[in-house]
Amino acid sequence: MTVPLLSVENLCKAYGALRVTDRVTLTVAAGELRAIIGPNGAGKTTLIHQLSGLAAPDSGQVMFDGRDVTALSMPQRARLGLVRSFQITAILPRLSALDNVALAVQARSGSSFRFFRDVSQDAAINTEALALLARFRLDARAASAAGTLSYGEKRQLELAVALATRPKLLLLDEPLAGTSHDEARLVIAALQSLKRDVAIILIEHDMDAVFALADRVSVLVYGAIIASGTPAEIRADPAVRAAYLGEEA
Amino acid sequence: MTHRLKPNGRRVVPLLIFALLALVPAATAIGADAFVLSLVTRIMIFGLAAMALDLLLGYGAMISFGHAAYVGIGAYSVGILSSSGIDDVFVQIAVAFAASGLFALVTGAISLRTKGAYFIMITLAFGQMLFFLASSLAAFGGDDGMTLPSRSLVFGAPILKNTVVLYYAAFICLLGFYALCRAIVASRFGRVLRGIRENLVRMEAIGFAPYPYKLAAYVIAGMIASVAGVLLANQAEFVSPAYAGWQRSAELIFMVVLGGVGSLHGAIIGAALFVLLAEYLSRLTEYWPMIFGPLLILVVIFARGGIAGLLKAWR
Ligand SMILES: Nc1ncnc2c1ncn2[C@@H]1O[C@H](COP(=O)(O)OP(=O)(O)OP(=O)(O)O)[C@@H](O)[C@H]1O
Ligand SMILES: [Mg+2]
Repeated sequence: MTVPLLSVENLCKAYGALRVTDRVTLTVAAGELRAIIGPNGAGKTTLIHQLSGLAAPDSGQVMFDGRDVTALSMPQRARLGLVRSFQITAILPRLSALDNVALAVQARSGSSFRFFRDVSQDAAINTEALALLARFRLDARAASAAGTLSYGEKRQLELAVALATRPKLLLLDEPLAGTSHDEARLVIAALQSLKRDVAIILIEHDMDAVFALADRVSVLVYGAIIASGTPAEIRADPAVRAAYLGEEA
Repeated sequence: MTHRLKPNGRRVVPLLIFALLALVPAATAIGADAFVLSLVTRIMIFGLAAMALDLLLGYGAMISFGHAAYVGIGAYSVGILSSSGIDDVFVQIAVAFAASGLFALVTGAISLRTKGAYFIMITLAFGQMLFFLASSLAAFGGDDGMTLPSRSLVFGAPILKNTVVLYYAAFICLLGFYALCRAIVASRFGRVLRGIRENLVRMEAIGFAPYPYKLAAYVIAGMIASVAGVLLANQAEFVSPAYAGWQRSAELIFMVVLGGVGSLHGAIIGAALFVLLAEYLSRLTEYWPMIFGPLLILVVIFARGGIAGLLKAWR
């Protein structure tokens, strides 16, 4: 067995008496697309917060790409290639859509302690950022302030920003929520084409998308992983059906 | 097609401002009141300090309530050096840069560990600390301040005694630092700063640790404001702890808000309005702050982007 890209060991976190993360142990291989599903309030977003470094676990360990990242900050983890998106859209509203993506390119291309040259004229950064915008059909909106984009466009923009960092592992928190049917198809196609190159942890309530995309699925209920397996195994698992899928049927 | 993000208004309004400022001495030469010259010099000096503050406030979302401290450091650099016989303006500016840069580095390193209202309070506290330090410098006038033996020398020549020369010295500083600030906000560094202003967590998520960028901006803004202090000391031929006091810091914030946050040239417009209104309202009535206060509130309510914002909207 090769070393997994991500390995989470016994992660625990409580808010007061509420256990939001309960002894979560999880490994994700390079290039794997892992879906994490679970009912509202199961602790999915909180888990992403801990993997990305936005929140600290009470105990447990996160290993990424062969090193212990448990004590690293979010920017440090991002620079190692562990990059997240947000369930609640997080963009830079008064900067252009292009600037939003370009900043993510800039973050990994040399020092940003450069004070004089006009960065908007940086052809290398702009070309790469524009190509990413085009991938999500946002190129016509490149010069628009990101805050003026539609909700669905903002979701797409966030994905373009995350990809611009060239992640090794993407943590996506409900990227399809609030997108139109067409936009969702674009996102699913993008994820499909990323598979194998980039490992992904996908949190998603859209079961069709989950079962179509995921290599493996883990089910989180009350902060604990109650089952992990291939989509087919998960669909057939009686405990999962009772705890989660049953609600949807 | 998509609209341009940088309308030409960004370029035209500053151009008009500097063209107008360049011509003021000509107007006084053909008969306008000489007092106008010193008034506009003051406007440019406070405009410079307010513009430096706008770099923090408008581009880095750092509400510093102690920015007058840096004006004070610049003024006392002139006062202390000239009273010990060092009159060269470039030496004085170098010392002002070093002192303000160091003060900004140390106080910024601490202040920037806090957020929101705490940041405002701690910058205020550091500013007041400097104010009381200046007040206690008995050898340099204590709270009465001190009169300068003479204005600074440029290459050994007392040319700043001439009000027109002093005017253009202030003009060149304002223009030069405006160009510098413009370049900075458009640079790689400036884009990171603007990103942090918009959404700090988003910037962290793509790999930027905000602290060093904020600290660098804080130091730059402090150093630029110290040049305003060097000019102010020369114009008034006097330095006083009041230059560094919290009232002055509040006035600088007023100027930036009045002119329009986050446009750089708005700070110059704000300084002009502030200085002119204070000057003429105070002639009308001693209760001028009672008119001035509500006026500011109206601007904040009805012209969100300040005067610079209105100018942009009209175009
Ligand atoms: N900062 C916090 N303080 C206290 N409780 C919190 C905090 N953040 C989340 N919680 C609680 O922790 C639980 C898990 O929240 P979380 O957002 O991780 O759920 P989720 O699985 O992402 O849900 P959803 O599907 O609705 O997005 C919820 O009960 C929530 O109210
Ligand atoms: Mg969630």
